[in-house]
Amino acid sequence: MNPVNYLYLAALLFTIGAAGVLIRRNAIVVFMCVELMLNACNLAFVAFSRMHGNLDGQIIAFFTMVVAAAEVVVGLAIIVSLFRARHSASVDDASLMKL
Amino acid sequence: MENAENLIALLVAAPLLGAVVLLCGGRRLDKAGHWIGTLLAAASFVIGLVLFADMLGRGAEERTLRSTLYSWIPVEGFQADIAFQLDQLSMTFVLLITGVGSLIHLYSVGYMEHDERRRRFFGYLNLFLAAMLLLVLADNYLLLYVGWEGVGLASYLLIGFWQHKPSAATAAKKAFLVNRVGDMGLSIAIMLMFTTFGTFAFGPVLEATGDTSEGMLTAIGLMLLLAACGKSAQVPLQSWLGDAMEGPTPVSALIHAATMVTAGVYLITRSGAIFNAAPDAQLAVVVVGAVTLLFGAIVGCAKDDIKKALAGSTMSQIGYMILAAGLGPIGYAFAIMHLVTHGFFKAGLFLGAGSVMHGMNDEVDMRKYGALRKYMPITFATFGLGYLAIIGFPGLSGFFSKDKIIEAAFAKGGTEGWILGAVTLLGAAITAYYMTRVMILTFFGEKRWQPAPDPATAPGVEPGVEAKPGEMPHPHESPKSMTIPMILLAFGSVFAGGFFGIGDRFVNWLAPVTEFEHGHPPIGAAAITSATVAVMVIGVSIAYLQYGRRPVPVTAPRGSLLTRAARRDLLQDDFNHIVLVRGGEHLTRSLVYVDHSLVDGVVNGTAASVGGLSGRLRKLQNGYARSYAVSMFGGTAVLIAATLLMRAV
Repeated sequence: MNPVNYLYLAALLFTIGAAGVLIRRNAIVVFMCVELMLNACNLAFVAFSRMHGNLDGQIIAFFTMVVAAAEVVVGLAIIVSLFRARHSASVDDASLMKL
Repeated sequence: MENAENLIALLVAAPLLGAVVLLCGGRRLDKAGHWIGTLLAAASFVIGLVLFADMLGRGAEERTLRSTLYSWIPVEGFQADIAFQLDQLSMTFVLLITGVGSLIHLYSVGYMEHDERRRRFFGYLNLFLAAMLLLVLADNYLLLYVGWEGVGLASYLLIGFWQHKPSAATAAKKAFLVNRVGDMGLSIAIMLMFTTFGTFAFGPVLEATGDTSEGMLTAIGLMLLLAACGKSAQVPLQSWLGDAMEGPTPVSALIHAATMVTAGVYLITRSGAIFNAAPDAQLAVVVVGAVTLLFGAIVGCAKDDIKKALAGSTMSQIGYMILAAGLGPIGYAFAIMHLVTHGFFKAGLFLGAGSVMHGMNDEVDMRKYGALRKYMPITFATFGLGYLAIIGFPGLSGFFSKDKIIEAAFAKGGTEGWILGAVTLLGAAITAYYMTRVMILTFFGEKRWQPAPDPATAPGVEPGVEAKPGEMPHPHESPKSMTIPMILLAFGSVFAGGFFGIGDRFVNWLAPVTEFEHGHPPIGAAAITSATVAVMVIGVSIAYLQYGRRPVPVTAPRGSLLTRAARRDLLQDDFNHIVLVRGGEHLTRSLVYVDHSLVDGVVNGTAASVGGLSGRLRKLQNGYARSYAVSMFGGTAVLIAATLLMRAV
């Protein structure tokens, strides 16, 4: 199968993720969309790795996974404590950091 | 004498020591302070006499003594030394300053007897002597400047000595400020000298004038003239001298008549080589002298305050000296000769005026004197001799010195010579007029005495006056400590001129320092002398007809337009007020306006626009994570688009 199709898929996934981050209010959903964007990037990396015939992209994909795992730990902790404080998981309710 | 030059520093040190001791010594010196001051002034005079005797013992060309005390500012290419130079010119000044100074110290012992701050007064007087001696003994312009500022300071302190009187405090401030204008001229002249010649010592500067452009010398000369105008109260910086009479009378005699105000004449004579090479500057000097000569004389005619009349006369006589100094080598020696004789008779006249005031409850208005000759015979005699000397009565001091200046003015040559000669003759006539007026109003005629003013209604009354309000004055002769200096000065007024003038003794004495040429007036010297005597007689007669024959009203009549203008010092203060004060106010106001509109406008405008912009930018910080995400996406999109665009190009 033509590897370019994987790139199309990655672009599609990234767009869905980005649209979710911009549009959805629920912090969990936003969070999942961010994960979706990261995985879209991973897919693109692997596809490029295949196209160029070297392993660089695959190695970076592993790094991304590690970073994403760490991000999940921190991000979920923030969301949980935010929910405890405000009884809401909406990102628009957490808008105190402004001038 | 071996090592006579070591004594020069002592000349300055003696009064300086007196000033330090008296001003730092505190109240425990109150009892002896005045005698310490007087003795140290006299010590300086004795040292001066010793040096004078030593100087006479040497040939005319070897009389200059030099002594370097130490190097003040030793920097590569900039050598400022504390160094003295004692030549015939300095010697003349040293003897005049310390001699007249000592006499006036002695006089002040009696005059200031009732003043509780007498010790401080003598401290200031000693400070003045030290500064003035430094001025005339310096061997470079920078050290001269130190003395120059020192006498300015002493003059300020002494004019404002009775600082509880607002008029005295104001007069002191005025004198200081006007003097500053002149001092600026001197400092600019010194800077010009340094950039032109690379030094400011008298010797190298005055020798190098031959190789310098005339324009630069004219600039230096004009700046020196400005300095001289400030210190010597010449037009246009003359306005402070009249008000300076607010100081105690001995101060007026010593500083504002005999010595300090002659510093300008000294400066111009000392810098003679510069002026000789810059005819334009010299012409300016002559014009200033001639204008001031008439200006001071006219003011002197209208004043009823005896000290202010004498102040006008001082201004006028110094105008004569400046004029003579501006004539070049034909005039320098006569300027200094008139300076010395004037030092004697003007100091004597002022001390006489002080003595009269002392006897008349410190009244200064001559219209309230009259008939004092019987009550104060010694004052009358000494004042009268000073009067005869100043109007140039044949045989007395002023006759010899003033006549020489008038001859030198004619000898200038051409139309200028005739104009200057006429001006000096006219000045002599006016001098005779106003001095006769002073004499008649004070000592002759009827008693016009008034009861002592009430201090509550007349706040200007000098302290130390014991008269109760409403008490009539009891004129009496002053104590010996006051009359002895007056008698000695009267001797000087009578004999100094003849001693100096006959056989050109003074001219020959000064010639090695100041250069001298015999001037050749277009008309004979005898004719000029007769004209001088004739105008003197005319002046005296007019004054006699006006004041001697008719009773004098106690309150001054309104007078003609000129009289009223002259009473207001020929509107000099009004002129200064309108041109300088108002002009300065308008200048500052417009500068304030520019500051508010332009400078503040730029600053505030910048601040306001930054503030407004940030107010708008602030709205972007709304706290919503999703809108931050939009801007991040937008920014990324722009970056990617830019990258692609750059690749495509």
